[in-house]
Amino acid sequence: MLATLLSQRFIRNQYFFFAGYVILQYVILATAWNILGGYTGYVNFGTSAFFALGAYSAAILINKLGVSHFLALVVAGGLVSGLLGLGIGYLTLRLRGVFFSIATLALAVVLQTAIINWDYVGGARGIYVLRPKEAPFFGHYVEFLFIMMVLLSLVSVGVAWWIENSWVGRGLAAIRDNEEAAECMGVPILKLKLFATTVSGILMGVAGAPFPYYITYLEPSSAFNLDYAVNSLAMPMIGGTTTWIGPVIGAVLLGTAQQLATVTISSHLNLLLVGVILVAFVVLAPEGIVGLAQRLRRRKLS
Amino acid sequence: MAEALLEVQGVVKRFGGFTALNGVSFEVREGERFGLIGPNGSGKTTLINCISGALRNDGGRILFRGIDITRTPAYRRTRLGIARSFQIPRPFSSMTVAENLCIPLEYAAGVRDADAPGEAREILRRIGLESKADAPTGGLTQIELRKLELARAMAARPSLLISDEAMAGLSSAEVDEILALLGRLNAQGITVIMIEHIMRAVMSFSERIVVLDAGDKIAEGTPGEIVNNKDVEKAYLGE
Amino acid sequence: MGSKFMELLLNAVKDGLLLGGFYGAISVGLTISFGLLDVVNIAHPIFIILGSYIAYVLNSTWGVDPLLAGLLPAPLFYWLGVAVYRVYYRSFERRGEESLRGLVFFFGILFLIEVSLIITYGVDYRLVSAGYIGRSLDLGGLSFAYRLLVPFLAGSLLTLALFLFLTRSFYGKAIMGVSQDRFALQLMGADPVKIKTIAFGLSIATTSLAGALLIIIGPVEPSVGRVYIGRVFAVVVLGGMGSVGGTLVAAIIVGVAESLTSIFVGPAWSEAVSFALLLLALAVRPSGLFGR
Repeated sequence: MLATLLSQRFIRNQYFFFAGYVILQYVILATAWNILGGYTGYVNFGTSAFFALGAYSAAILINKLGVSHFLALVVAGGLVSGLLGLGIGYLTLRLRGVFFSIATLALAVVLQTAIINWDYVGGARGIYVLRPKEAPFFGHYVEFLFIMMVLLSLVSVGVAWWIENSWVGRGLAAIRDNEEAAECMGVPILKLKLFATTVSGILMGVAGAPFPYYITYLEPSSAFNLDYAVNSLAMPMIGGTTTWIGPVIGAVLLGTAQQLATVTISSHLNLLLVGVILVAFVVLAPEGIVGLAQRLRRRKLS
Repeated sequence: MAEALLEVQGVVKRFGGFTALNGVSFEVREGERFGLIGPNGSGKTTLINCISGALRNDGGRILFRGIDITRTPAYRRTRLGIARSFQIPRPFSSMTVAENLCIPLEYAAGVRDADAPGEAREILRRIGLESKADAPTGGLTQIELRKLELARAMAARPSLLISDEAMAGLSSAEVDEILALLGRLNAQGITVIMIEHIMRAVMSFSERIVVLDAGDKIAEGTPGEIVNNKDVEKAYLGE
Repeated sequence: MGSKFMELLLNAVKDGLLLGGFYGAISVGLTISFGLLDVVNIAHPIFIILGSYIAYVLNSTWGVDPLLAGLLPAPLFYWLGVAVYRVYYRSFERRGEESLRGLVFFFGILFLIEVSLIITYGVDYRLVSAGYIGRSLDLGGLSFAYRLLVPFLAGSLLTLALFLFLTRSFYGKAIMGVSQDRFALQLMGADPVKIKTIAFGLSIATTSLAGALLIIIGPVEPSVGRVYIGRVFAVVVLGGMGSVGGTLVAAIIVGVAESLTSIFVGPAWSEAVSFALLLLALAVRPSGLFGR
């Protein structure tokens, strides 16, 4: 409800729409990353690959197949990225976690190369996507897009919340804490890891699916931007990786800070700061803001 | 005559050029108290890893209740009824002691979400760790960690429990505590394989013992027979 | 048709061999840090890029020969490696933390260095100039470009030097030992942490020269490091994780495979080749590798 109110007032102002959209996008990406990273302990460096695949799937549907129904785009984006997650997981999750991570790094590079060389989607030149003028019930399509992102964020966070509190989440935590022991305690580690990778992939694809409509000009260097990889990693690290709130806090804080910073400092300096903050948190406060808050609360109680 | 619960047939395991297990064979009968001993590096833990499924053996077969489990993944073996504790405790460090037990309860024993915490506390009570149920694992003492390892294995409701050097480095009283616990479990019908270096524990506990040395089985028999076995003596004292 | 094909093939293999020697040079540092010390330094390639840029600065400002520009800063790189390892060890290895945080740490380092380079030098390609770059040596009907030949020779020398160091010198043998049996090391009176710190410093020192070799081969800009991540890890894993000789052999295999792919399939796909080789190497290894 609050979101709708906010959106009604702010979307008239284009800037807030764009800034808000990006932050919501990161809420989804950070939450998605954390399901595999924070809950299961497997680090994905290739968020941009999953995100871009979602975006390009939607773009193909819009431009080449004439499908503009929003739900269809989201489902397509989620499905394709989910399959990618399943695929890369199947190839690498039987190995040490580090090889999975390296594979995700290599994946981003390889996929970007593939898209750049694929003329069907415009190659390096990219493609233009026409944003519809009107949307059912909402008037301006821009408002509709924003509301949809709010909904998608809520869904993603809901998925994370469910996983965290279910037997699946407990199994994932066991894998994260001690994979060998988990296996000997009856946890089907490969199946659970594949589940986490696939769900994470689906959500990242879902985050990417509305992107063509948002940006209207889709090309590889923006879709595969390193921003996505770093931020989707830094936000949970800063906010806290053990619970669903962490990525949300991280996304809102870091995302807002970046939006404010873009107008004042160069985008590269912006990224540099993110990098510094990331390293600082990993070294000094690995449990993130949530963890710090928990520690403070415990100290007050004792 | 009790049925063979576990059959190890000609198990071979190699690591690169090094042969850790060179065709080891023996049987463990249902309800038995079984001891596995041998000098350091003889392959005991490797054998346990092959039985529990943490490692895949390169040759030979492992049968459980007559079924060939050589290709069965570890988590399924646990669900079939094989549980093991780890030599160096491996607690789930982000969970409390009770939560640690909920994992095998839910995943191996199939206990429902709602019932698991209660059962976990019950197991902790039987093992003497009830007071630490809600404590994080980080603050536990060595013996508490060992007990947690055993408690976790118990929570899997096994028919075969493998205790991997649970008593190493413990005081004499603590060793007796663990011995008594394993004895109680056996009395309830759980077959126990004990791997230990503490001779008095193994000798007093086991009905039968297998001795490994450098990947080979060099002796098998009752504690009395093993104590008088010349090959065993040589293996431990060296040549 | 046949002889044209043979000519292409021969050239591809020749270039692949030369490239392989270079790949060996850039990977041998990771053989130490990842293969022997088990430190997942995914930032290794960006240190190489850093080396390239320092070589560029020395070369363009003072006309220093690129090879020299790679050797001179090596001590600085060594101390940089020592510093990084100290932070890594204190924050992660000592706590026995799962590699998650260590991985993220090195990713952060990778990112920081890359962005810093972009801020300082922009995204334009940089290159070095030297008398021999642009010329080639004609031998037996084949043409060996100096910009490939020099890195091949220098890289092979570096690999050889490291091999001798690891197998003959006291510290070298200690480094080999620390990966196998730290207890024996303590008995020797050597401090395992000190040995590891020296080893990691050494691995970063190699990136100084590796970077110079890279920029001799071709122009460099900050994001070039990313395509090398798959390559160097493929080489180290294929080479048996910690064997310098193995690294060189694996490097040549990767180099030739990439070269063949580049000529017969297309240059854009050569980066994917090493990634595929890496997965293949990991799939073929015994499953006992899992959860080491």
